Amino acid sequence: MKARIPALASLAAVAALLCVLPFTLSDYNVSLVAQVGIFFVAVLGLNILTGYTGQISIGHGAFMAIGGYTTAVMSRDHNTNLVVTMVMAFAICFVVGLLLGLPALRLSGAYLALATFALAVSVPLLPLQWSKFLGGRDGVQTAKTVSNVWLYGAAWAVSAILFVLAWLILRGRVGRAFRAVRDSEIAAVASGIELPVYKTLAFGISAAYAGVAGSLFVLATNGFAAPDEFGIVLSLKILIGAAAAGLGTLWGVLVGAAFIALLPTVSSSVPVIGSSHGQDVVFGAAVILVMLLLPGGFAGLLTQLRRLKRA
Amino acid sequence: MASAATSRLEGLRDRGAALGGVVQPVSLLLVAAAAGLIVGSLRSAIFAQLTVQGLALGAVYGSLALALVLVYRATHVVNFAQGELAMATTYVAYQLIKWGLSYWEAFFATLAIAFVVGAVLEVVLIRPVLHRSVIAAVIVTVGLFILIDGLVNWVWGGDFKFMPSPFGTKIYHVGGVSIARLYPGMFVVVIVSVLLVWALFRFTKLGLGMRAAALRPAESALVGVRVEWMLAIGWGLAAVLGAVAGLVAEPSQFVLQPTLMQPILVYAFAAAVLGGLESPAGAVVGGLAIGISLNLVVQYVPAITTELQTPLAFAVLLVVLLLKPSGLFGHREVRRV
Repeated sequence: MKARIPALASLAAVAALLCVLPFTLSDYNVSLVAQVGIFFVAVLGLNILTGYTGQISIGHGAFMAIGGYTTAVMSRDHNTNLVVTMVMAFAICFVVGLLLGLPALRLSGAYLALATFALAVSVPLLPLQWSKFLGGRDGVQTAKTVSNVWLYGAAWAVSAILFVLAWLILRGRVGRAFRAVRDSEIAAVASGIELPVYKTLAFGISAAYAGVAGSLFVLATNGFAAPDEFGIVLSLKILIGAAAAGLGTLWGVLVGAAFIALLPTVSSSVPVIGSSHGQDVVFGAAVILVMLLLPGGFAGLLTQLRRLKRA
Repeated sequence: MASAATSRLEGLRDRGAALGGVVQPVSLLLVAAAAGLIVGSLRSAIFAQLTVQGLALGAVYGSLALALVLVYRATHVVNFAQGELAMATTYVAYQLIKWGLSYWEAFFATLAIAFVVGAVLEVVLIRPVLHRSVIAAVIVTVGLFILIDGLVNWVWGGDFKFMPSPFGTKIYHVGGVSIARLYPGMFVVVIVSVLLVWALFRFTKLGLGMRAAALRPAESALVGVRVEWMLAIGWGLAAVLGAVAGLVAEPSQFVLQPTLMQPILVYAFAAAVLGGLESPAGAVVGGLAIGISLNLVVQYVPAITTELQTPLAFAVLLVVLLLKPSGLFGHREVRRV
């Protein structure tokens, strides 16, 4: 219990800071921090799958697209309460994730990376095919739009709930099974863990998180869901966020989310390369540097620092 | 001891030959498909044109797929940046031509530059993360994807650039079928470079060393193969093949823009998986199959629009992964505890 105190204290500090921020920041900065909250949810979800269960996914943008379109379509057609559509996005993506987790059972490593990449490229193209229902290239507009402060509150409230949920799932029996599967599938099976159950479950939970993030993501773009928003780069960003955060730990997720949400904005204000494409150069270089210099992501850096202090 | 090592290398040579030899049912399937294409081409001029065009595009996919396979065999990394690398080297060729080189001078200079860049990338960026995990290596190539894309946009801008076509605008007429010289030209350039790479692997000592380093790194090091050099050379060769793909893909799209290779990378992934990710011959055959079938399907199946072409390629990829993960030419992977 004693070891938990600094962790709980830092959590409380972050929560308190997040409560105060909207009263001190400008409207634009509030929207930026809300953006961090949205990516926080997505990165958290991917971390459950990739970090804890060892299954790579380059396809989480696809689940975000499904969640986002759920919100947009429900709001457009039935004027459903936006919070309710988030719950629906969670449920729908959970089921889709479970279903997609089944074929993924047969794949691992590079093959799984390719298959999920396929998902990320294909799903955003589907609205073009069913353009009547899903709006085609023009996208779908929700019935209501929300203010930045509303979005901020929603994003961080959802983040807090899902963070606690993830912590509860991962600390117990299910989390142990996930980690066992990651460390050695054969050893896990030998200890009586049902591989198919836990692998698909991890896919479902992870997809559900991404779905909620997708809902929020659509609300952040003025309630507008369009195929271009959910391109392959979104999926790549989430994976990068999870890797930068540090796979298999929850403490770095905040930094990982801030990394992918803020770096493009921050780097476009850097002189000389501060053009719209300069930001891609900085982002790409930063990703590579983080991977080369911080094998455990930011969470790994934290652990290393703590070890140094103790030594 | 020495003789045992030699015989093992001989064994590798045999295994390379065995991989080249196609499995029976697959070869029957391919012969049937080829026969179908020839019959169709004889009956319909449009079919013939689409087939030739598909063959040329398929050669481009196959070339990039082969680059992916070379990298995968050497380092077990799927290089998501392979397409962007090819695109960037095409811009280098564009720049060289602008500086006054002739097309073919620029072509070969670009290949040399691509080789060096590919090898350097392996040494500087991939080697440090190679021993860590598949995920780390994949993310580094993803970062490279974004970095190269940003660099090209930054240096050359996102607007359309135009390069002189090496194949001219001549159109051949063969018995009612009109074929632009571009397509046979593309096909020949790609196939010649693929054959050269194949010959390098099959007949030279360097190629033998590279195959050995890919299959059994530790043992190869024991018999004096410089494994690290071989891996870097493998990446360099892959970059060269990618550059060839980019250079011949450009005239087929008539403009040069930073998104040149993104759809092609998608098709190359599908082709590589169809062929079995570890099989060079499979990658080329897979590329041709995808190129021709996509071209024909869009024309003859009304439900498939050009918008669905990419999802369709991925549907192929998924189906192959699920039903036969080893692809048409691969062999089953044995996993040990």
